[in-house]
Amino acid sequence: MSDDSMERAERSLSRRDLLGHGRFAAGLAAAAAVPAAMAVFARTGLAQSGLSAAVVDALNFALRLEYLESELYTRGLAAGGLIPSADRPVFTQIAKHEAAHVALLKSVLGAAAIAKPAIDLTARGAFGDVLSNYVTFKLVAQALEDIGVRAYKGQVGALMGSTVLTTALQIHSVEARHAAEVRRLRGQKGWITANHTDVSLLAPVYAGEEVVEAGPSEAFDEALSMSQVLAIVAPFFP
Amino acid sequence: MHPRPEPGTPELAFLAELTRVSSRRAFLKWSGVTLGVVAIGCSNDTVGVDGDVSLGSGDTAVLNYAYVLEQLEAAFYDQVSRTLYAGVTAVEQQALLDIRDHEAAHRDFLARTLGPEAVDRLEFDFTNLNFADRADVLGTARTLEDLGVAAYNGAGALLTDSALLAALATIVSVEARHASVIRDFLQPQSAATGFAADDVVDANGLDRAMPPSEVLLAAAPFIPATISSPLP
Repeated sequence: MSDDSMERAERSLSRRDLLGHGRFAAGLAAAAAVPAAMAVFARTGLAQSGLSAAVVDALNFALRLEYLESELYTRGLAAGGLIPSADRPVFTQIAKHEAAHVALLKSVLGAAAIAKPAIDLTARGAFGDVLSNYVTFKLVAQALEDIGVRAYKGQVGALMGSTVLTTALQIHSVEARHAAEVRRLRGQKGWITANHTDVSLLAPVYAGEEVVEAGPSEAFDEALSMSQVLAIVAPFFP
Repeated sequence: MHPRPEPGTPELAFLAELTRVSSRRAFLKWSGVTLGVVAIGCSNDTVGVDGDVSLGSGDTAVLNYAYVLEQLEAAFYDQVSRTLYAGVTAVEQQALLDIRDHEAAHRDFLARTLGPEAVDRLEFDFTNLNFADRADVLGTARTLEDLGVAAYNGAGALLTDSALLAALATIVSVEARHASVIRDFLQPQSAATGFAADDVVDANGLDRAMPPSEVLLAAAPFIPATISSPLP
């Protein structure tokens, strides 16, 4: 795409923000019930997996996000004419990793693993053309990768002392590699600057990044809690 | 200048790339023999080749280990930013300056967190690097960033304090972003050798996690001081 047409597409997406934001924000109400449901499921699988309930909850939370990412990339790569040939190697590599993460987490969780949930890649219409407009596809990819990093980061405490902490860290850094690459494909820096986002609809993904005790904001990625993440991604799970 | 690692042998190449620089000195240091090698720019305030650095124990040792690595990265990028290589693009320059700032912030954060337990500021030896050469600079940056990611991933399980684990987690993902960006500069939009290639991400989609002893060995060519570490 030419620079001009890309710029027009980005601006038109921003105008749709006003319509999309209401639907996106509506997911907040639905989020409260999800962690409780996951916890009940987790305890029934406790004996088989040999992991504590808290660890099973954390891993199933991660698995839920991996299912979502994997679906985005699988469907995106299959959508004829969506991803330019020059960029296909990037998304093919990312898709390979997300599918591997799904398989790994299911293997670790055993019978305690949640099944693949119903997924709406448009997030109730907020990203209606996610599979037909490459600009939108990249935007959703960036959002999911950046929130995935914050989600894994938020679970390290729950995984501390378990046999899966290191594995979670090893997934977490790969998601950060993905995030940086997708950001660069969108003409952004690979790192997050405060809570800045070039598309206002994604503001919840970056909320809190501007609060930094440790030093300049870009140098430190901030965590999100499970409930915070689930609230943000709820519109993707009908 | 030294040759790039061979494709197809990523594990060996990863370490060989660093040890090739001064493998003799590294071997002798780690076998306990003292060498009379002159450190670069030695002063009273930093620890050079004749100095011993002890990381301490427990969580302090883990933080000091991270602190040494961040010092190394910060020093490297500081030099890079002073003598940017020929042909650097605006995007590359901005990224390298950003990374320099990030590594300094990581270093300073660890120093503040450690307080009186922090090891001294170290001297580093970059005399085998050609900072005017893009391939040499970016290749070394890639190696250091990948090493930093592997180091943090391998250190997390050693910590006993959850607040420290959370703090280090806020750093490691930024190192991974650095690694991704540097690799993309070297091999744009490449699956095979770029941002998250098969030489660093395995069949399970996992980045490396290296034990501290292996990381310190890989970094040794850049560090004249002897590091005494209780870590595995």
